[in-house]
Amino acid sequence: MDFVWTQLEPHLADVEKPARYIGLELGAQRPEHGPGTVSWLLTYPDTYEIGLPNQGLQILYEILNERDDAVAERAYAPWGDLEGVMRRERIPLFSVDTHRAAGDFDVLAFNLSAELTYTNLLNCIDLAGIPVRAAERRPDHPLVAAGGHCTYNPEPLADFLDFVVIGDGEEVVSEITEVLAAWKASGRTAGSRAAVLRELTRIDGVYVPSMYEVDYDGPAIRAIRPRYPDVPERVEKRTIADLAAWPYPRRQLVPLTEVVHDRLNVEVFRGCTRGCRFCQAGMITRPVRERPADQVRTMVADGLRRTGYDEVALTSLSTADFSGIESVVRGIVDDPSTCGQVSVSLPSLRVDAFTVGIAAQIQKARRTGLTFAPEAGTWRMRQIINKLIREEDLYGAVTSAFSQGWRRVKLYFLTGLPSETDEDTLGIHELARNCVEIGRTYTKGVSVKASVGGFVPKPFTPFQWFGQNTVDELHRKVGLLRDATRRSKGLQLTWHDPKATLVEGLASRGDRRLGPVIEQVWRRGGTFQEWSEHFRLDLWLEAMADHGLDLEWYVYRHRTEAEVLPWDHISAGLHKDFLWQDWQDALAEVGLPDCRWTPCYDCGACTGYGIEHVVASAVAPAGGSQGTGQDLSTGHLPGTSVPVELRSRRLVGASR
Amino acid sequence: MTLRSHQAEQPERREPRAFEARPAQQAQRCRVRFSKLGKIRFTSHRDVARIWERALRRAELPIAYTEGYTPRPKLSFGLALSTGYESHGEYLDIALREASGRVELNELPRRLAAALPEGIEVQAVVALPEGAESLQQAVTSCTWHIDVGAALPAAVAHAMAAALAAPELVVTRQRKGRSVTDDVRPAILSAEVLGGTTIEADLATQPRGLRPAEFLAAIDPTWRAARVTRISQWTQVGGARREVIDLPRAATPPPHAEVRAS
Repeated sequence: MDFVWTQLEPHLADVEKPARYIGLELGAQRPEHGPGTVSWLLTYPDTYEIGLPNQGLQILYEILNERDDAVAERAYAPWGDLEGVMRRERIPLFSVDTHRAAGDFDVLAFNLSAELTYTNLLNCIDLAGIPVRAAERRPDHPLVAAGGHCTYNPEPLADFLDFVVIGDGEEVVSEITEVLAAWKASGRTAGSRAAVLRELTRIDGVYVPSMYEVDYDGPAIRAIRPRYPDVPERVEKRTIADLAAWPYPRRQLVPLTEVVHDRLNVEVFRGCTRGCRFCQAGMITRPVRERPADQVRTMVADGLRRTGYDEVALTSLSTADFSGIESVVRGIVDDPSTCGQVSVSLPSLRVDAFTVGIAAQIQKARRTGLTFAPEAGTWRMRQIINKLIREEDLYGAVTSAFSQGWRRVKLYFLTGLPSETDEDTLGIHELARNCVEIGRTYTKGVSVKASVGGFVPKPFTPFQWFGQNTVDELHRKVGLLRDATRRSKGLQLTWHDPKATLVEGLASRGDRRLGPVIEQVWRRGGTFQEWSEHFRLDLWLEAMADHGLDLEWYVYRHRTEAEVLPWDHISAGLHKDFLWQDWQDALAEVGLPDCRWTPCYDCGACTGYGIEHVVASAVAPAGGSQGTGQDLSTGHLPGTSVPVELRSRRLVGASR
Repeated sequence: MTLRSHQAEQPERREPRAFEARPAQQAQRCRVRFSKLGKIRFTSHRDVARIWERALRRAELPIAYTEGYTPRPKLSFGLALSTGYESHGEYLDIALREASGRVELNELPRRLAAALPEGIEVQAVVALPEGAESLQQAVTSCTWHIDVGAALPAAVAHAMAAALAAPELVVTRQRKGRSVTDDVRPAILSAEVLGGTTIEADLATQPRGLRPAEFLAAIDPTWRAARVTRISQWTQVGGARREVIDLPRAATPPPHAEVRAS
């Protein structure tokens, strides 16, 4: 089955970074294919460097290969130079494990983590020699599937995907495999494709777009209905109740060439109930399911020994919230078997001094930079987005950081948030500038970098009804901040391209009518859209116009409560009326504390599925920010001593 | 990109380690000869360095580290092999930590075999005496097998003969970002057509080295190497040339047995 390798090999010397296409990683498998096994090609629709570390695909790769009736291999999007060679020489998309053609697999399954990869998904299907439109596929073509966070609104890709998995994949891949094994055994006869897809709709968490019909009322959606009585009206997401039962990846892949997040990754919990209203990941992955601390320790120790990595990341949406985080971190750092050569990274720091204390344990030397995400510049705005960080929390964290030797602080912010005023936008500058002031009292070489991203409203968040800011408005806000920061020494501003934010917003909340738009952008060469040098707004605008679709309708307008949303037939467990109430609370500037340690608000995620939070600690972490143990009546507590003297609160614009 | 905040990364950082205080931390140095064959030839020189660092940790060898805030394992690689080239003789010097007791060198190939990826194989390990020359200093020339691929065998033989008969071979090539024009003929120690389109060439690495691609370009600028394999790296010992580490005869791979991964 080395057919593709012999074709590929003579050309690899001519392409950039050819090690991306050879496989051979530690942990890579070369499974035996056979008539009795369902073969999955797990594909990441971006480059190898970005796709290889994806933990979701690695987990499924292992689970499937452990089964007797399944095999799994991996593929990644070829970079443009190799794609040119592949098209010229008629080399199909291939697995990196055994260099088998993608068309020889039973399922081509994609991970979708970012909207701007949608055109790459079409390109991969096409390179596999499969018709991009599901309706044109024959029985001998692989089934094309997708999972991952973007599939909570699968509608823009409805024309191209045979089936979609909503939620955690650990259990459902096996259930799908069993259905497909029977189909494969029956010989995949003509007409059986529709039958097997219908069969798949019986599995919870599996959505088959072709089994649903959408009625329109002008630009609006009147209803989304199943075509057949046995097809469910709503597809519920899958949730694994106990992370301890899934200690994966057991054998994390160690690449031979450079990739992002090139380190051991151990997931310490899944789900987040901080309730940040802009954050789709936090909403759709509820409830919180912690991995037992002992299992974390074992996975770290075994993983380091097996991989030879000298760095481990404890991953989750907010790792400082993990019960017993301090003792786990100390255990890793002080483990005598690693001679102190192992470093720990916490990929998402909470904004408070407690968290900096943990960071200080890890990083006893060479404290160069720390990153925090206050997300918004004013307390009013942070109440609206429910990121309940007081100024004291941020300044406390920053003071703690600078006083303990860190010199660089990076701050992440969003702009274009609901009801954001220029004062809120400029609050970003003020917060950042105050951080510089704090730093100056400790060190001369202080550097604060504020990174600003345009806000994209996401499905299954309270902000799903909010009309995204226009490109011009985002440019204007970025301009305000640029003007304000221009004269601030020690403060640097970086921002995400508002044009890319527009396309993300389009795909994020789009419906099936976007299918032809995505197809046209792809056909005209718009791949690797998440790479700024390849991003082509003109192609998107042209395609929207050619298909009579309106950006105002899809991106910029506010939605109403009664409106049928394109993803209403999908369920993340969250009650729509809970989300609407939370949206109303947001507009009323009312914050909502974390439900892990406070009474339930009945969002629906636990009760609907009969599952619960799995949290080892009954109390919130000491000193934790965001509604855990603080008085949140104001964002700026009177009488509390602020660590250093700060400039008075006034508008930067007014001070010039 | 609204979820970016959750990926807020921290820069890598390491603690200084306890043994830094000790003055002499390396008691033992060894030189490893290894092959790089098959699919793995598409990894870069930097990739190979990273692969070795991880493999040595996986094999739990007591590697010595540099001192300072970002300790690096004390490894030194020989002459870089271009991405895409294969080799029957690559070299690496490893410093081991004193505190760990002596490591049995005979066991190393076996211990490392399990930790290294397919295509990289340890052929021999020898102890390195105090004050031994570095690989960069020691190696004076390399033997290469260069397959010109698309060219006609008769044309290869003819062009080779003509080029070698000339008193000088002046070419312009890039060195450190600058164009340099010089005579490369002295760097071609020997060259012959082995048969077909494969050339065996001994190319000097000092004082001024010549790379296989530059060698081909000097003979015929239209040629492209289809496959390049480093066969040997030579050092001068008492006026005679010797391989940096000689392999027992039986272990020397026949030049055309191209081991391919899977």
